Amino acid sequence: MAGAGGGGNDVQWCFSQVKGAIDDDVAEADIISTVEFNHSGELLATGDKGGRVVIFQQELESKNQPQCRGEYNVYSTFQSHEPEFDYLKSLEIEEKINKIRWLPQKNAAQFLLSTNDKTIKLWKISERDKRPEGYNLKEEDGRYRDPTTVTTLRVPVFQPMDLMVEASPRRVFSNAHTYHINSISVNSDCETYLSADDLRINLWNLEITDRSFNIVDIKPANMEELTEVITAAEFHPNQCNTFVYSSSKGTIRLCDMRASALCDQHSKLFEEPEDPSNRSFFSEIISSISDVKFSHSGRYMMTRDYLSVKIWDLNMESRPVETYQVHEYLRSKLCSLYENDCIFDKFECCWNGNDSVVMTGSYNNFFRMFDRGYRQDVTLEASRESSKPRSVLKPRKVCTGGKRKKDEISVDSLDFNKKILHTAWHPQDNIIAVATTNNLYIFQDKL
Amino acid sequence: MSEEIEGTRPATDEATHEEQQEIDDNVISPEKAEEVKLKARYPHLGAKPGGSDLLRKRLQKGQKFFDSGDYNMAKAKVKNKQQLPAVTPAEKAEITGDHIPTPQDIPQRKPSIVASKLAG
Repeated sequence: MAGAGGGGNDVQWCFSQVKGAIDDDVAEADIISTVEFNHSGELLATGDKGGRVVIFQQELESKNQPQCRGEYNVYSTFQSHEPEFDYLKSLEIEEKINKIRWLPQKNAAQFLLSTNDKTIKLWKISERDKRPEGYNLKEEDGRYRDPTTVTTLRVPVFQPMDLMVEASPRRVFSNAHTYHINSISVNSDCETYLSADDLRINLWNLEITDRSFNIVDIKPANMEELTEVITAAEFHPNQCNTFVYSSSKGTIRLCDMRASALCDQHSKLFEEPEDPSNRSFFSEIISSISDVKFSHSGRYMMTRDYLSVKIWDLNMESRPVETYQVHEYLRSKLCSLYENDCIFDKFECCWNGNDSVVMTGSYNNFFRMFDRGYRQDVTLEASRESSKPRSVLKPRKVCTGGKRKKDEISVDSLDFNKKILHTAWHPQDNIIAVATTNNLYIFQDKL
Repeated sequence: MSEEIEGTRPATDEATHEEQQEIDDNVISPEKAEEVKLKARYPHLGAKPGGSDLLRKRLQKGQKFFDSGDYNMAKAKVKNKQQLPAVTPAEKAEITGDHIPTPQDIPQRKPSIVASKLAG
């Protein structure tokens, strides 16, 4: 198809920026584990396996280059979580940031929640661009003056200074999860948020750290009977009583917190019926949902399983309304993908601002976009080779058998170590952030 | 599909009904063909597809040592120099308790405050 599809019939995606080191030898700490735009899109946060958060800020559009949107430059970086060892349970607690979620902005400061496997932290990011000067008892460098030398009094005044961005932990929400936290989600009431681990979901108040309410508990009395785990959870974007959680068996449950304190009984169960004759050893593994995201409208939700992306209408539980194949050619490679553990990779997915296009990652640093309205899809690549400023990305194609055309890549040549698990879409504009193993690519549409 | 299926080529000219069904299944479904491949390589793979073993492994991620009883059992095992069963990748068993914890083995606090290369 002409153009690169996605986001309308004629959107062409161009390289904008890439962050991170070029060297091939990737330190484990540098592996990007989460990417998230804030609600205005002005800020872009990344978390990595080393427990660090880096926040980029979009520069205001330059008058010199009206055709370009502002670039994203480093705004703040801090160590969010540190490695811990739980001596009581003999458990290593990784510092890897599993998720970052921004709070809607209420005042001059920005707030985000970041979580590792066990502990959620609320961080305040604030700007300081002035400082008080002219103290009576202190010199400018901080040394105390001898009070006997003070002969006149003056009123200290605020003087401008170079912008300083400070990140400080305001709340630490700990000791509420026995299992590993996979999701956090801020409620539309801006007062509460949920955190989900493999078997339980807890509800927190953003102000209160020593207490949380358990709202879902799927732990069986006898662990031998364990058949499924929670894989992701999210609050509805505007109904503060509603949330969903997905499972390793490919089901999604919608719960209403008004119905009861413990939401073990779902209000809705979304499950696509399976053809029993097609069942194989791999069926359950590849049906495990790795991500669930509500549309901005709140009318739909999207799920990602190993091979596909599904769009569900909240009013219809029996089957998804749309299914998009991400990399169906992998179905005949499941044996090797099981052996090298790739079959357990957890891909995320995201919506564009007006819910018309969805995006998800794949292998070989490929990522896919599906335009729901125009019924088009495109495969693009995040690579240093296509990284010339404002160069248009060329659609990629995987050849599944028979004759390989020029510019196509065969399934067996795909690099399964180059996986794009995390992608994010600016809430309003056609700007996307795509994370490869240790680099962050920013692409925009050609204006 | 021109997949060669291991071990299902019938010895006689006329395939039995079951074998023919299996061949049909594999021709129709690439997933089932992959399953046959996997079972051929790892015959001891659990009968329960993707079930409790994988889930339990997921829940136990990061658990190195269990308790003092486990410690003593594992110490005894190592003393007898028993040959541990070959752990194939497909079995995915990270046996808690086999590792004998010593102060040197407990992970040292990694040096923090190394700036992320994304901010460089």
